Amino acid sequence: MIFILPFVALALFPLVANFEVKNINLAVVDHDHSSFSARLIQKTASSGYFHLTRTTADYQTALHHIEQDDADVILEIAPGFEKNLMNYQPAEVLISTNTVNGMKGGLSSMYLSGIISDFSAEIRAEHLQSNSKLKANSLEIIPRYDYNPHLEYKYTMVPAILMMMLAMLSGFLPALNIVGEKEKGTIEQLNVTPVSKFTLILSKLIPYWVIGFIVLTICFLVAWMFYGMISAGGYLQIYLFAAVFVLAFSGLGLVISNYANTVQQAMFMMFFFVITFIFLSGLYTPVSSMPGWTQTLSRISPLRYMVEVLRFIFLKGSNFFDLKWHFAALCGFAVLFNGWAVLSYRKTN
Amino acid sequence: MHPEKPIEMKQFISFVRKEFHHIFRDRTTMAILLILPVLMLLLFGYAINTEVKNSKIAVYDPSNDTYTRAIIEKMQASEYFSVVKMLKNEQEMSEQFKSGEVKMVIAFSENFHENLLHTGDAQIALIADATDPNSAKSVVNYATAIIAGYQLESQQLQQIPFQIDTQIKLLYNPQMKGAYNFVPGVMGMILMLICAMMTSISIAREKEMGTMEVLLVSPVKPAMLIIAKTIPYFFISLINLTTILLISVFILGVPVAGSLFWLLALSLVYIFVNLSLGLVISSVVNNQQTALLISGMVLMLPVIMLSGMMFPIENMPVFFQWISQLIPAKWYIIGVKQIMIKGLGFSAIMPQLAVLSGMAVLLIAISIKKFKYRLE
Amino acid sequence: MEKVIVVENLTKAFGRFKAVDQISFEVEKGEIFGFLGANGAGKTTAMRMLCGLSIPTSGKAIVAGYDIRTQPEMIKKNIGYMSQKFALYEDLTVAENIRFYAGIYHVPEKEIAPRTQKLLERLGLEHEKDSLVKALPLGWKQKLAFSVAVFHHPGIVFLDEPTGGVDPVTRRQFWEMIYEATDSGITVFVTTHYMDEAEYCDRVSIMVDGKIAALDTPANLKKEFDANNMDEVFYRLARNASRKAD
Repeated sequence: MIFILPFVALALFPLVANFEVKNINLAVVDHDHSSFSARLIQKTASSGYFHLTRTTADYQTALHHIEQDDADVILEIAPGFEKNLMNYQPAEVLISTNTVNGMKGGLSSMYLSGIISDFSAEIRAEHLQSNSKLKANSLEIIPRYDYNPHLEYKYTMVPAILMMMLAMLSGFLPALNIVGEKEKGTIEQLNVTPVSKFTLILSKLIPYWVIGFIVLTICFLVAWMFYGMISAGGYLQIYLFAAVFVLAFSGLGLVISNYANTVQQAMFMMFFFVITFIFLSGLYTPVSSMPGWTQTLSRISPLRYMVEVLRFIFLKGSNFFDLKWHFAALCGFAVLFNGWAVLSYRKTN
Repeated sequence: MHPEKPIEMKQFISFVRKEFHHIFRDRTTMAILLILPVLMLLLFGYAINTEVKNSKIAVYDPSNDTYTRAIIEKMQASEYFSVVKMLKNEQEMSEQFKSGEVKMVIAFSENFHENLLHTGDAQIALIADATDPNSAKSVVNYATAIIAGYQLESQQLQQIPFQIDTQIKLLYNPQMKGAYNFVPGVMGMILMLICAMMTSISIAREKEMGTMEVLLVSPVKPAMLIIAKTIPYFFISLINLTTILLISVFILGVPVAGSLFWLLALSLVYIFVNLSLGLVISSVVNNQQTALLISGMVLMLPVIMLSGMMFPIENMPVFFQWISQLIPAKWYIIGVKQIMIKGLGFSAIMPQLAVLSGMAVLLIAISIKKFKYRLE
Repeated sequence: MEKVIVVENLTKAFGRFKAVDQISFEVEKGEIFGFLGANGAGKTTAMRMLCGLSIPTSGKAIVAGYDIRTQPEMIKKNIGYMSQKFALYEDLTVAENIRFYAGIYHVPEKEIAPRTQKLLERLGLEHEKDSLVKALPLGWKQKLAFSVAVFHHPGIVFLDEPTGGVDPVTRRQFWEMIYEATDSGITVFVTTHYMDEAEYCDRVSIMVDGKIAALDTPANLKKEFDANNMDEVFYRLARNASRKAD
């Protein structure tokens, strides 16, 4: 079970967790019916981002398609589009985007307006060839996407999943195990033994750490076999960071297990921490686009450091010195959580 | 059967009272149940933000002429970027990325202004750290727009020919707040968590403690037992629904654009679906641990992954899109978006309401059929 | 004497395994009927059928005048039950537990308060009325569980190993309560492992391998098997069992 999990998670998760904005459904309302408007529509449809799913006669109908989720964006071309263009008058175009999903809405309108300004540059170039001043004055913008040139989400997600696996297996399983023993009363058995609490906790944790590392290794293999992903940085570094991270996270699990009396409570507490940490970790939305105070708050999430570490090492090939502060932070968490766990663990009630 | 009615009612009331005693006594769980939604909502509302603001960028500018300086100034002035570093050579670039200092590097070609005026061979490279693809695209797009804007401006024409005036209208969520997308998701998840998970656990607990056996030997009717078990969680989920709505309206600023009545009606149906789901789960498990595990695996995971709460369903492989059809939360979340965010009326949620009602009827039927009122 | 339990050829099979194999016996009103047997002999299965928890494969049984096949709901109204596992809610108070069971067994509203008062006095739990059940010592919990099982004055009460893990003094007190209950006309059907308890019963049946191997008063059984105590009787019957204790 524990060993199948990484396979399943790595094979399925990247398929599902895909924030790529493409295949945007486009509804077009063309009031102009001119060769220019037809060209603009053609250009949009062949851009690779948009699917022309609806062509409607009026805006209301198009809006209705948005309401039904049949369309995501409306492109409305005003009457006299071609005429205005030819007369050097500004021609009007309206983009209406469904922004219930802000990210998708924002990117789609950005793409569409990019296509439109490309279009205007294109016809300007065609019609003003004689005007040397304008022609000479065109500069070229070259976008380049480093580390992930095809902008594929799986590259972003795989390192994050590695981290989740580690957190779950080595942080939460032992905690649930301990609370389970507490609930059944078998922990009493251990408490009457002369074993020191330090040894007791350690002996509970070590098997899970070993499992954690085996799983991490399996994950590397899966990433390589399924996605052809090989870490750009050293694997040893990853293991080093993982060791500290696992220590920190199982410490947190222990703290929870010390405060929870039932498995149910433990589950809820963990659920809460995991959700909080994951959302603050930049796994789903980049930390840099959070509001200032949430960015500050995200520093208390050990996951944030580990997600960054894995992405940086795995994708960018960062080395230890680039990430020394991350290492320090993880060490800090490890000391904090484990210290807290040892202090709050009571052999006697 | 008429004279029996008041007695049955009494039985029922003592049962429900007992369930409430259980819940109120377990303060920790109670607190978690009531506070969890609030915290999650605030977290989602604030942490989930997809807008790109003040992205840190570095500039490599070997030309350092008026034109390049003006572009850099434009970048700095915009709310999207803040220039944190001027690079001396190209090697520095990858160092910047590796330590995660900057999201994008803007690199100008040499003799930029000169070439722009004479040979037309001037280039700006926008090199983005694409470890996060969408934010990389956003920063590149914003930068392109700023540069293009400056270019037009600098041409100083009275009237720019072939100009297209593009108006952008952002429907439903003009500020593009992440909360608009996530509040419905959180509602779907919390209601499911409380109704399905808690119900199945509380029934499993009776089985585990042996009290279920005593109840089965008692004259309590199985149907009554089931209903009495679900009622407290029904009330708690109503409280949660109310807090979620209050927080989203007054704190997160996500209004209920459509009819509150239909929103509540849809939520009620969804709550019924989840309560009966909890009952179905409880009929196949015998202890709390398994109930938790099954709730986690069968409910939480698919809801988080496939309901469209976090990941857009349209991007999933077809197979997963099919599975997502089976997830009640998916229908609920779409319905809530239709009413709450888009402000549409009853006709817009008819399909969702129909599917959820169908699921509710089916699950209730299964749970009553499966509930073993004899132990063997 | 009035017969409150009549069992004829009652059988429960799980696949080919006959947990209870054609047992027949009768229990009279007001009697304490001891139902003995080694682990796995089929006691609990037989008892569950009598309580309407499990449907017999064949044979018939009448409990409190009702057929266990066709009228299990009527039986449930007329019996009390105390299970092997401790069956009060640990996270409810003493009073809340009583209130709950009174409610589901239709005890008339105006009787609940006086009966509760009497019960608490009898057990000496007046001051623990509002404490959580989990805070009580095991012996008290068991006595409370029994009192709750007879709170609605059932015709018959089924006790499934009620005194497991209880100290001898408390066990004595527990049996005093059982005698008190029979004095008020309640029939007691009890399974137990303790052979000294078997001596307290009016009649005892001993199950071996799903069948009833012996059924008589403790005195007659001792005479028949030429034994000094019930322990010996039980040992002689049970050592030949083919089913090993689980």
